[in-house]
Amino acid sequence: MSAMATVRHHVIVGVPADDAWRLLGDPSRVSEWFPGITSCVVEGATRTVTLATGLSFPEELVTVDGLQRRFQYAVRMPIVRSHLSTLDVLELGARQCCCAYAADADPAVMALVIGGAAALGLERAKSLLEGN
Amino acid sequence: MGRCILFITTDQQRYDTLGCNGGTLSRTPVVDALAAAGHRYERCHPSSVVCMPSRSTILTGQHPSAHGVWMNGVPLPEAAPSVAEELSRGGYRTALIGKAHFEPLLDPFGLFAENRLGASGAFSEPGPWFDGTRGAHRGFDHMELATHGAAGWLHYSKWLQQSHPEAVPMYFRVLDDDLNVSAAGGADTGAPQAHRNEIPREWYHTDWVAERTVAWLEALGADDDFFCWMSFPDPHHPWDPPASEVARVPWRDVELPAGYVADADERASILADKPSHWSRWYRGELVSNYEAPAKWVPATLTADQVREVNALNAVEVELVDEAIGRVLAAVDRLGFTERTDVVVTTDHGELQGDFGLLFKGPYHTDGLLRLPLVWRPAPVAGAAASTVTRPVGLVDLAPTFLSIAGLGAPSFMEGRVLPSDDADAARRGFDAALTEWDSALFGTDVHLRSVVADGWLLTRCDPSAVHDGTEGELYNLGDDPLQRVNRFADPACGAVRDALLERLAAHDAREVVASAPPGPLVAPV
Repeated sequence: MSAMATVRHHVIVGVPADDAWRLLGDPSRVSEWFPGITSCVVEGATRTVTLATGLSFPEELVTVDGLQRRFQYAVRMPIVRSHLSTLDVLELGARQCCCAYAADADPAVMALVIGGAAALGLERAKSLLEGN
Repeated sequence: MGRCILFITTDQQRYDTLGCNGGTLSRTPVVDALAAAGHRYERCHPSSVVCMPSRSTILTGQHPSAHGVWMNGVPLPEAAPSVAEELSRGGYRTALIGKAHFEPLLDPFGLFAENRLGASGAFSEPGPWFDGTRGAHRGFDHMELATHGAAGWLHYSKWLQQSHPEAVPMYFRVLDDDLNVSAAGGADTGAPQAHRNEIPREWYHTDWVAERTVAWLEALGADDDFFCWMSFPDPHHPWDPPASEVARVPWRDVELPAGYVADADERASILADKPSHWSRWYRGELVSNYEAPAKWVPATLTADQVREVNALNAVEVELVDEAIGRVLAAVDRLGFTERTDVVVTTDHGELQGDFGLLFKGPYHTDGLLRLPLVWRPAPVAGAAASTVTRPVGLVDLAPTFLSIAGLGAPSFMEGRVLPSDDADAARRGFDAALTEWDSALFGTDVHLRSVVADGWLLTRCDPSAVHDGTEGELYNLGDDPLQRVNRFADPACGAVRDALLERLAAHDAREVVASAPPGPLVAPV
């Protein structure tokens, strides 16, 4: 098995893409939709997140591109040799969009763990955005 | 007062490890006595050969294709059906002590209740129930949890970390630096996941599970009805029982198991006759899932390693049997025996040297499929002892528990109350058991469906990244009990094969009440 692995999840959300981007593209709002992140602090290009387990670690904000509606960040902690997560909000219609989250990581297990939590987060974001 | 249920599971235990099933390596007098007094099942199959899907089947009474937990790492939805919820609603006190594993263990985000409970030291938290109400998580008033060592946040780990921190590193380190299941070898032979563990026996998780179970039972009222799931993490790898106990079964004296093929050429030939995933894994060319160490190549397994793994496994089985004995003594002391049903089984098997392989995976032969199952009805029920040879499944447990409690099985349950003997089984049409496998990991997927019926075992390999849809396995369990001769493509067996394939097609097409979609894979285990 390759050390680097990639995992992708997506949801279709019944709101305008700009509405989804306002939530998902804002680094400071991650704790609203990403499960297990209880708080975060954004300082410049660094976001420090704290998890429900008490773990806390910095993330490098790589891309915050409102024109493409693309957000990328990288976890920085010793156990993660390499990581890049990419969140895209793609317009499908006036009131529908696709929110796709991909995690590339080494070790491979981290792609599963980060991407897996994000998959649950996308469902939560969909519920929040659609007002359910 | 009604009948109580002591439900005892182990993890990854073969049928042939119990004395009552013909095993000779472990001494299991306690379970053997239960079998002699009750019903012993000779052909019980799981709905999945890995932990989370199989345990979810036990809890829900549904096959994985209905409850949605298709592989380890896929969490059972919080509001999934639960036999414990049904029993709790029926007035039962409910507990799960030991290994639950309905939710991923590797959970750094703290997403799942099992880890939250352990981390906080709580024994229950409210959650949504299948009927739309809220109650204790999955219907258990008390969850006190453990897994195969001292890592993580579960109650046993926290207890050991706080009470005996010096013992924590004595356990085998299950994950390697890549967070994969470790391929590291140890003990005397360097067998993967074999390890000399200097932990005192009284601190080992088997005895802890028994102690905590006794403590919970002691807190009950004499008139309470209870459902207690006592769930031992052993004899699942790592094979690291307390070193003080290892001399019980000297590995150098262990005979190689019948399923082991000593000659390497013959072994390769037998594997080559099976669908391609067998040989590809054996040669280290395929990693389909996380259930075996990704960096371990089965072809490197030596005969001595097989001996030592079987010896260490046997020690763990003996420790579990003795722990069960202590809990049954407590049940007796507390006055519950006459009205307590005892059910003993496991979630799936272990290859343990069969075909030169260890661990588990998409390999549907008896090592993984054929499980120990013993049901000693409450003496007050006056049931006659029996041996049931017809096929049953773990999917039948949930409706059986409800029947013991005098409750009907909800329509979402796919199993039926276990038969009391072969005549009962024949009358009620117990003639097949089904097992599913679905894995998908980093571009490699495998999908199998298996059925045992009429003395045959058939596996269909559905189209995937590994199979083109034409491969399969068919074994005559009567004249080929070790499943060495694959007759799937044998024209002489065409009618048998087609009839069994029709059974699988009927399973695929069945109508399921309250099924959940396949859940997301969010962790490796």
